[in-house]
Amino acid sequence: MDLAFSPEENAFREEVRRFVAEKLPDGIRHKVMNGVHLNREEHVLWQRTLHARGWGGVGWPREFGGPGWTPTEQYIFEEECAAAGAPRLISFGLKMIAPVLMAFGSPAQQQRFLPKIMSAEEWWCQGYSEPGSGSDLASVKTRAVREGDHYLVNGQKTWTTLGQYADWIFCLVRTDPEAKKQSGISFLLIDMKTPGVTVRPIITLDGAHEVNEVWLEDVKVPVENRIGEENKGWTYAKFLLGHERTNIAGIGIAKRELARLKRIAAAEGRLEQPLFAARVAQVEIDLMALEITNLRVLSAEREKKAPGPEASILKIKGTEIQQAIAELMMQAVGAYALPFKQADVGPDYAANLGAGYCNLRKLSIFGGSNEIQKNIISQMIMGL
Amino acid sequence: MNFDFDEDQRALADTVQRFVARDYTFEKRRAILDADPGWSRAVWQALADLGVLAINIDEDYGGLGYGPQETGLVMGAFGPGLLLEPYLAAAVVAPALIRRAASADFQEEWLPNIATGETIVVLADADARDAPVTEIGGNLSGRKAVVAHGGCADLLLVSARCADGSTGLFAVTPGADGVALRDYPTLDGQRAADLTLNNAPAMRLDAVGAADAIDAALDIGLAALCAEAVGIMEATVAATTEYLKTRQQFGQPIGRFQALQHRMADMLLHLEQARSMSYLAAMHCTAADPTARRRTLSAAKVTIGQACRFIAQNAVQLHGGMGMTDELIVSHWFKRLTAIEMSFGDTDFHLQRFAANLAREARAA
Repeated sequence: MDLAFSPEENAFREEVRRFVAEKLPDGIRHKVMNGVHLNREEHVLWQRTLHARGWGGVGWPREFGGPGWTPTEQYIFEEECAAAGAPRLISFGLKMIAPVLMAFGSPAQQQRFLPKIMSAEEWWCQGYSEPGSGSDLASVKTRAVREGDHYLVNGQKTWTTLGQYADWIFCLVRTDPEAKKQSGISFLLIDMKTPGVTVRPIITLDGAHEVNEVWLEDVKVPVENRIGEENKGWTYAKFLLGHERTNIAGIGIAKRELARLKRIAAAEGRLEQPLFAARVAQVEIDLMALEITNLRVLSAEREKKAPGPEASILKIKGTEIQQAIAELMMQAVGAYALPFKQADVGPDYAANLGAGYCNLRKLSIFGGSNEIQKNIISQMIMGL
Repeated sequence: MNFDFDEDQRALADTVQRFVARDYTFEKRRAILDADPGWSRAVWQALADLGVLAINIDEDYGGLGYGPQETGLVMGAFGPGLLLEPYLAAAVVAPALIRRAASADFQEEWLPNIATGETIVVLADADARDAPVTEIGGNLSGRKAVVAHGGCADLLLVSARCADGSTGLFAVTPGADGVALRDYPTLDGQRAADLTLNNAPAMRLDAVGAADAIDAALDIGLAALCAEAVGIMEATVAATTEYLKTRQQFGQPIGRFQALQHRMADMLLHLEQARSMSYLAAMHCTAADPTARRRTLSAAKVTIGQACRFIAQNAVQLHGGMGMTDELIVSHWFKRLTAIEMSFGDTDFHLQRFAANLAREARAA
């Protein structure tokens, strides 16, 4: 057993660190470091910066233009980016639909879509959840009826993150209403500019517009935009969910936010209070343990196992830690966490802490709620 | 980076696992526990014959010269068997302390006999609250509380406040004038003793730096204790999972109930986080910088202590009434995990130490 990174990995870490320090605009870094949402242009600018360096396809193999990193290299890359205040990757294209295209897409689909994901020319969003289908995803009701060379799609998707920026949406749709629920689903790629697609904002408790409803009314989707076979969509959907969980632990982001918590707590004199200091200590300790657990999972993945149910452990602990940090940051500033959307009262660092705490409650709900993750652990790992 | 053990390490763990499965069954352990003196000299000799008493002793002194990883593997393998013999005290902490604190002559005299199992040496460090051990004119007076396996020791290594204000380390022979040991069983079936010294003759071992040497040896012991805890917790989680699959109520295995499934998932989360910190503790427990070392080891003990508490309590809970009985090994794992949580500094102690360091760092920044 050797818990140290190799000299090559350490050199790679230095390279990433230098690159980010040199290329990341101060304005973006400042926003990320202070928990301010980025706009579309800022995300796109960073993705193009990475792409220009040959790092646009994070997590992609070389044959599709990716850097071909090992899971450990990808982990180092994302950790360094997070620590330096770089935007998180736009995962819907890069980490969700891209692996599906690589595994199940036709060569024509791969050539049509992958390069524009890497260059951020096209923004993707996810059309999985519906008002009646959350944790029970296989119950999707959005209908797609084949009419010659296209499908006619009707239904409603929801919780569509950053759908307001999206050019394309990948959707689970029901193509065989008679079949058992998992077996009548197909996987379609839909151009958001198609007539009949309507995006409506959902404002969340923090006042942010991050998620949307997407309404689909008689939307014509060419059959060539179907992934794989008709009624096999559930297979591709599950594959995507497996990939969604890589880097789910969010170690890099949690480390950055913990450092921010410690700065704020020190400025507020809260670390001199034993009870508060012990709560910060607890979350730092949990994060130390999770970092090793995450490296253990990466190490197992390197032996050519795909992300398995162990990712559920990372999801639960990772989200609990990020939520605990946000909660402590809010509490550290006391009453100055309460002014809402006011930049000019209280200390600068207090401005977004109340909203940030509220926003991060989403972490234990999305990507398979933490309760669903516990079902996965007890059933898939423990065999109960 | 890799989390795999090499062939020699796996063979060592296999040896101990086979020993526990064949020669240290629950029934055999119970027979040892029920008879005087509550541990077995024959088992101790068998462990010496397997070579495991020698792993923490340098090759120069008849040992195998292994490190914390191997010690962790051995401790983890002993874990589910709930060894009653003084392995941690006499084969891990004592050799680590002697190597750091004592002269070459003393090492030459004692370490080879520890490796062969002939001699048992243990550290008596924690003072009784109202009677700290002090040195006056070369002799020691005061009381040491709950000295793990103090009653079976051929030699006691006793820390004491010296006349010049320093901490000294002294060798004390049980049976000498002014040395009294009150030997008793502890909650987990192991033995401990209160040591009362009344102007007792003692030989000072260290020239300088006994406090640092004791800290260093206890940190090596703490990492080993963490590995033992993980071994026990792994067995406890596995046994509880199995019980949930077989125990039928309301016409189905109780493991079908989601409330219990989620509890098991929480137990697994604790176990895996504890395992990670046990690896980290093994890697850092010999680090030279005491501040960084303590930070990691406190973090490890907090994680492992909380896991011990959660897993032990819920294993008994999910076994229902059966978990309360002396008949099932689960209740014995519960007691050992409880004792581990309270040994080498409990969770509150280590959380406070870690937290106090955060404040210090903030002030320094």
